[in-house]
Amino acid sequence: MIHPHGGKLVNLVVSSEERDQLAREADLLPKLHLNQRELADLEMISTGAMSPLEGFMAESDYRSVVDSMRLGNGLVWSIPVVLSAKTEDHRKLKGGDRLALADDEGRVLAVLEVAGCYQVDHDYEAQMVLRTTDEAHPGVQYLRSVSPWYIGGTIHLIRRPEHTDFLRYRLDPKETRVLFAEKGWRRIAAFQTRNPIHRAHEYLQKCALEVCDGLLIHPLVGETKSDDIPADVRMRCYEELIEGYYPRDRVVLSVFPAAMRYAGPREAIFHALVRKNYGCTHLIVGRDHAGVGNYYGTYDAHAIFGEFEPQEIDITPLFFDHAFFCRVCGNMATKKTCPHGKDDHVMLSGTKVREMLAKGELPPSEFTRPEVAKILSDAGR
Amino acid sequence: MANEPASMVTLKIPRPLYERLRQLIIGTGFRSVTEFATYVLRDLASQPQTRQDTDRMTEAELEQARQRLRELGYL
Repeated sequence: MIHPHGGKLVNLVVSSEERDQLAREADLLPKLHLNQRELADLEMISTGAMSPLEGFMAESDYRSVVDSMRLGNGLVWSIPVVLSAKTEDHRKLKGGDRLALADDEGRVLAVLEVAGCYQVDHDYEAQMVLRTTDEAHPGVQYLRSVSPWYIGGTIHLIRRPEHTDFLRYRLDPKETRVLFAEKGWRRIAAFQTRNPIHRAHEYLQKCALEVCDGLLIHPLVGETKSDDIPADVRMRCYEELIEGYYPRDRVVLSVFPAAMRYAGPREAIFHALVRKNYGCTHLIVGRDHAGVGNYYGTYDAHAIFGEFEPQEIDITPLFFDHAFFCRVCGNMATKKTCPHGKDDHVMLSGTKVREMLAKGELPPSEFTRPEVAKILSDAGR
Repeated sequence: MANEPASMVTLKIPRPLYERLRQLIIGTGFRSVTEFATYVLRDLASQPQTRQDTDRMTEAELEQARQRLRELGYL
């Protein structure tokens, strides 16, 4: 089994003996209400998905990650995982203080052992991590919505954030690791997505499955931008697709609770490291992975892997070009494997598909499976 | 003599880590990062099971995970 990033799968859920005592202490501590992204991060840090992180980043790790895509100890890490101050009082927190972390309904979930509070430059963070300071970028909009004062510290999780959706699909890294071991899979390809799976994505997944033992379809169900297709609709598409077109004994569908950062190349590295923690040995990286608009080059998310030694990342990226159905070849292909011109290819933009669905038209079966098209069409009405 | 393997080899580590270690050893008595890294690695190598042990779940944890996977229909 592939080792977690940093060598150890983090588990910050306190034991049942400690829980009551910590909960009583938390009731007396100053409280900070986490936003949706921070809630998702809290859960992922605590269950080891973000190993080796054991809390929200302290200043030294934050600055090192923003500047050089490495934690202070030199380990590769590409995305800041931070907690923003919510009140003036939070800015006065200092090392050794303790803080209760609560959800938006005031339920205390964790105690944070504060390492320190520090001020950051959001423009600088945006430029370094998102490669833009354009207000139209959803990641920039998020930064504008939170305080530039961050609180670093270690987490002690009392109880997990409450979920009401996708309960049967929520697996922690230690569970996916056990699952893969029980199935006898040694090479596991992960597929990250925040979109419905069309024929092009299906092709990439099946190419990956040809060289691996199993496939983890791991759709992101944390916070996304408002015009992305809702997670419940996407989940119905995945279920239908797996039922009709995938070998059940070689595919696992489970949800990825992270919030989307839209950080393109840097997020591709993050997605790789986190999937390694879930026990995956390979990650499918398509064109413009984790991108949005035209902020990133088509292959920037491929190129960034070249900035590190392969063993530093450890999980193997599987790079794919844009896939399409070729009428002459009579199959799915990419420009790497098909000699024919664009006129022979069935390729539709996301905008075109949305327009067709809005008019009640179904995209052609060479582009998307009819079952998926119907779900999307019904959801759009 | 020319055919004998060298008694020392070069290891490559990321520069930020090197810089961090250089700062760490100031005032500690270690004369170089190499000396410090050799000391730490010797110590680590004397406990060969460390990495495997941290990954390993107890039998009870394993069974709990298997049970949940069965209940959810994954196994």
